[in-house]
Amino acid sequence: MTTTRAQRQQARRRQARRSVAISAASTAIVVAGIATAIVLSPGWRTIREFFFSWHYFKQVLPSLIDAFWLDVRLFLIVEAIVLALGLAIALVRTLRSPVLFPLRLACTLFVDVMRGVPLLILLYLIGFGVPLLGFKFLPTNEAILGGAALAMCYSAYVSEVFRAGIESIHPSQGAAALALGLTRGQALRDVVVPQAVRRVAPPLLNDFISLTKDVALVSILGPQEMVRVAQIFADYHFNYTPFVAAAAIYLVVTLPLIRIVDLQRRRALRRQSTLAFM
Amino acid sequence: MTLRRLLAAVAAPLLGSAALILATLPGASAAAATSCAKASLTLVHPGQLTVATDAPAYPPYFENNKPANGQGFESAVAYAVAGQLGFSSSQVKWTVEPFNNSYTPGPKPFDFDINEISITAARAKAVDFSTPYFNNPQALVTVKGSKFAHVTSLAALRGAVIGVQEGTTSLTAVNSEIKPTKQVQVFNNSNDVVNALRAGIVQVIVVDLATGFYLTSGEIPHGIVVGQFNAPGGDNWGLLLTKDSKLTACVDQAMAKIRSNGTLASITKRWMQSGAGVPVLK
Repeated sequence: MTTTRAQRQQARRRQARRSVAISAASTAIVVAGIATAIVLSPGWRTIREFFFSWHYFKQVLPSLIDAFWLDVRLFLIVEAIVLALGLAIALVRTLRSPVLFPLRLACTLFVDVMRGVPLLILLYLIGFGVPLLGFKFLPTNEAILGGAALAMCYSAYVSEVFRAGIESIHPSQGAAALALGLTRGQALRDVVVPQAVRRVAPPLLNDFISLTKDVALVSILGPQEMVRVAQIFADYHFNYTPFVAAAAIYLVVTLPLIRIVDLQRRRALRRQSTLAFM
Repeated sequence: MTLRRLLAAVAAPLLGSAALILATLPGASAAAATSCAKASLTLVHPGQLTVATDAPAYPPYFENNKPANGQGFESAVAYAVAGQLGFSSSQVKWTVEPFNNSYTPGPKPFDFDINEISITAARAKAVDFSTPYFNNPQALVTVKGSKFAHVTSLAALRGAVIGVQEGTTSLTAVNSEIKPTKQVQVFNNSNDVVNALRAGIVQVIVVDLATGFYLTSGEIPHGIVVGQFNAPGGDNWGLLLTKDSKLTACVDQAMAKIRSNGTLASITKRWMQSGAGVPVLK
């Protein structure tokens, strides 16, 4: 007996429904189990009071959202700088002309040092060091200096992501572009880089998610961004609920981003038509 | 294991049980009835008083970053309280407790924490405080030549960029008493506050008066204390203990004793500069 196409599809749908039901049930059991264990734990009342106090949550939320605006401005502006600077560094490092060796060396050194120094120390060096130089044309605004330190650190990482992307494009692509009569610059701009950027979009988004949280480190230089405001409130009232509230605000921003990264990744896989076998 | 160590290891439990037997004798029960007798104290580590403070520990509260040397205001207060509770200096053990960790819920790794912690009603919901051992107003510190070096009122400071240390009551005091128009800059520790003033990131810093005296005596070149002011309700420092600790009442007893017998006053006089010469700004 031969099965028809319609029957096959029906069977597949049944199977899909069944696996969704099973995974939903198992998730519900696990989540309910963990929640019950936490609520029944001997310390639950203390935990609820110290971390999940509705009273403090309501009280602190508006000031956290106000302070978050500084974080948002910081990570958007810094990300724009990071993408531009990171790509520029990556491109310089792919150049092979011997005349440009000093530039390549400078970029390599920059990337190595920035990736090797803890961000916290870099923030201190830039934030407290630059104003001490006493030059009038340099900014003394700590949010700007902190943003500059973040941009330097993240550019180094992002340039490596771009470089990996550029190097992953098969040399035949560049060769074909040159054979068509494009200059090296044109080949890079119109053929190699667009493909590379597409390929590294998920890791770039990943770095961006990381950046959105690291902007909180700028607070060590004085600005009252959200995590600092939460800390001040927590230290004043001796209660940790503000940190939970700050985490919730972060999740509102980062969860959609994380989903986008996942979606991107699946799309890339589908483009390479490997998903069908997975 | 050397012979002496071996003997000590065997002898200690024996002596301990001997003490226990003695304590259960009818004659010894009178001593045990006063709940603050050393033997009946509930301690984190039996036989020793575990006292916490943050690291680094700054003058004038501690000297040379060594709380155990008995030098500095808070070190001296801690040893005076310990003495009243019946502990010798060698039975006092110091442990490091960052300020942010000092109010974590649950049992704490110290018997009491002495770290310039201000007593507030909100904080007292999460931890126990002893009665205060010091009252410290806020001080305005800047450098000579600053346009805020000669202010005579708090209103004159409204336009200043002010720096404070995170977790201190200075921020609340500044916001409620000065109401600055520019956002107060908040730093992790007092070193960063000082560096921010030196680098010109902030124009004025607000610290407690005792810290202000210390900073302007050397930490900040050309630093001056412009004036002092009081936060609403004042700023009293207390020892921090676990919420509902059985030790709190005994620590309060010890505190009352060193207050009434003049020990606290002489410690304060020795380590803390009097603020009488600093103008009070309103």
